[in-house]
Amino acid sequence: MSIVEFGILNLWVSGLLLVLSVVVLSLIYLERKVLGRLQMRIGPMRVGPYGTLQTIADAIKLITKEDIQPEWADKRVYWVAPVLVFIPSFMVWVAIPFSSRIVVQDLDLGLFYVMAFLVLSIVGLVMAGWGSANKYAVIGGLRAAGQLVSYEIPVIMVVAGIAILTQSLSLSYIVEQQQPVPFIVVLPLGLFLFFIAGLAELGRTPFDIYEAESEVVGGPFVEYSGAHWAVFFLAEYVSTFAIAALTSLLFLGGWGWSSPIQEWVGNPIGAEAIAFGEMFIKTYLVVVVIFWVRGTFPRFRIDQLMALGWKVMVPLSFVFVLLVAFATFYGWPWWVLSAINVVVLITLGWYYHKMMHRDDAPVSVVLHSAREVRDARQS
Amino acid sequence: MEPDANLVEMMVNMGPQHPSTHGVFRMVLKVDGERIVDVEPHIGYLHRGSEKLSESETYSQVVTLFDRLDYVSNLNNELVFCMAVEKLMSIDVPERAQYMRIILCELNRIASHLLFYGTYGLDAGAITPIMYSFRERERIQNLFESVTGARMMHNFIRIGGLKEEVPVDFTRRVKDLIGQLSTAIDECDTLLSQNEIFLSRTKGVGVISAQAALEIGMTGPPLRASGVVEDVRATDPYQLYDRFDFGIPVGTNGDAWDRYYVPLEEMRQSILIIEQALEQVEAGPVVAQLRRITRPPKGVVFAHAENPRGDLGVYLVSDGTDKPYRVKVRPPSFCNLQALKPLLSNAYLADAVIILGSLDIILGEVDR
Repeated sequence: MSIVEFGILNLWVSGLLLVLSVVVLSLIYLERKVLGRLQMRIGPMRVGPYGTLQTIADAIKLITKEDIQPEWADKRVYWVAPVLVFIPSFMVWVAIPFSSRIVVQDLDLGLFYVMAFLVLSIVGLVMAGWGSANKYAVIGGLRAAGQLVSYEIPVIMVVAGIAILTQSLSLSYIVEQQQPVPFIVVLPLGLFLFFIAGLAELGRTPFDIYEAESEVVGGPFVEYSGAHWAVFFLAEYVSTFAIAALTSLLFLGGWGWSSPIQEWVGNPIGAEAIAFGEMFIKTYLVVVVIFWVRGTFPRFRIDQLMALGWKVMVPLSFVFVLLVAFATFYGWPWWVLSAINVVVLITLGWYYHKMMHRDDAPVSVVLHSAREVRDARQS
Repeated sequence: MEPDANLVEMMVNMGPQHPSTHGVFRMVLKVDGERIVDVEPHIGYLHRGSEKLSESETYSQVVTLFDRLDYVSNLNNELVFCMAVEKLMSIDVPERAQYMRIILCELNRIASHLLFYGTYGLDAGAITPIMYSFRERERIQNLFESVTGARMMHNFIRIGGLKEEVPVDFTRRVKDLIGQLSTAIDECDTLLSQNEIFLSRTKGVGVISAQAALEIGMTGPPLRASGVVEDVRATDPYQLYDRFDFGIPVGTNGDAWDRYYVPLEEMRQSILIIEQALEQVEAGPVVAQLRRITRPPKGVVFAHAENPRGDLGVYLVSDGTDKPYRVKVRPPSFCNLQALKPLLSNAYLADAVIILGSLDIILGEVDR
């Protein structure tokens, strides 16, 4: 590698870091506004026009804040943990394309690389939990370990299914393969599994169990403050964006839907811009869905999470892989796969509904007339 | 509990600074992984000596101390003390004052239950319900502000009646308010009650039988959730509550979900009471003719009323001076809190929050 190549690569990486920081700022702003709309508030309005500078003000506040370290903390583990969470979530982005050319390194094994790095952040969480010398943090760290390891399997199985179907691990090739029909139509079950397991991987509502505010008060992050906490926060949003980008790459057809417009424009720069725009909008829409879920659902309990993971998600993901493998082996047309997927999903929903409402009347609270009670007591 | 170094279990200190202990409550949990083996509640962080302090205040001043017991249902607290003094002095409170007291207390009950609803959602991890419920609570408090001059510590219900006549547009505003409230309560109901995750978190969690609940001395919504039909407004009517038709929501399972849903249903019943009271109320004086200084005769009296959190009782001893000789409060939150230990044994750590939240305690009342 010559000096020039090295320099260009460095430029890419630092550009990526810059872009990701801006993206995270925009995501935090978006989350506040989306949650605000869901909760009949207007969200931040004071700092900057429509509160756009609020997140920047918060970032400055966090960076200039004193970094407090607990007396009993395991110092090295405590300091290294945020870095170990942030680096993998950042490294993932090296291989995620936003169009066929806008990517740092379009790896042939891109999907494999992304999955490998997504798994790594768990180490940092457990280290943060242990190093903080705080019992809430320890519980949170252990919860994180259990949760992330369990939900790793469905994510990887779904990804394996897609790899089987497309015969490739290259993300841009997978996007090309979705050209006529995106995988949201072919593999709705896969999307369902990937999105739910992805939420669990991110530790976002309803799976925010390891950082549960009302139970373990932030879990592994409870003792962190200032810049170190900001790094965790940054990592969380970078990962959220990564899962959203993967969802749109793997299931929503990436930048493929606008290809007629791209061809019509002709101009390569214009075409890239349109492709990027499409991918960008899709990713942000998925992110908005994640925020929407956050504004709507309560939190699972850890045993329910594990039950969901091992009794529903893991078996289903095995079924999914088998299904895709059969379809590929026998060369079924896509609509057969799609139909089977839809049937499995509907059966699942029906069964779950039945399980949930099997013994209780919908409302177990009955009304007694106060007048009758009064008369009965007085007589 | 003494810490034990050889223990496989871990001691977790929850509170007094914890987001979901609803104030300065502290519980020391002995956990085995995610399971709670033992729990030791610690109270007293908010102890202000209200009962003893009452002995050095005049009767009209004690009302302000009662404001600060259950600080989210102030008017209900004021009412109980005033009822005790009125009973001791055999004061006939004007009917209009009684109706207004009922309207204000039922509104306060709704405000208090809305707070419970919102914070319970937070306990379960849902961040949106509290915004919906606090919007409504805000409306009620705005009304209170214009009626009593204060948003929380009203000191509006006085011995013998009310402080003053309510504003001229009171009836119209209350009618508007209950219209908004009834739609908002339905909205809150659809937002959380039948959510699958919420159901799986609360159904069958923290079950307490009617027998056990009665033995502990629980009252109010947590007792009714266990299937006991016990509501002071119906079983021992005070003020003019015997003139109203309303329902008493009673649970069947005694689990956290029932304890959550009973208050929600009670809000609807409170609206019914307010509607009836608005129809029945007539013009008239709002305070009885009394001597300027309240000096009850020697004697002992007990008065109780159905507060949002249960049966608040006041035991009052008078020695004939202008200050009470002894005031003893029977706080419903404190008695309901006694259920915590049996409910938490062998529960999950995450359920500790759900169960404590469902008992709906207010520390100002527990510690007094």
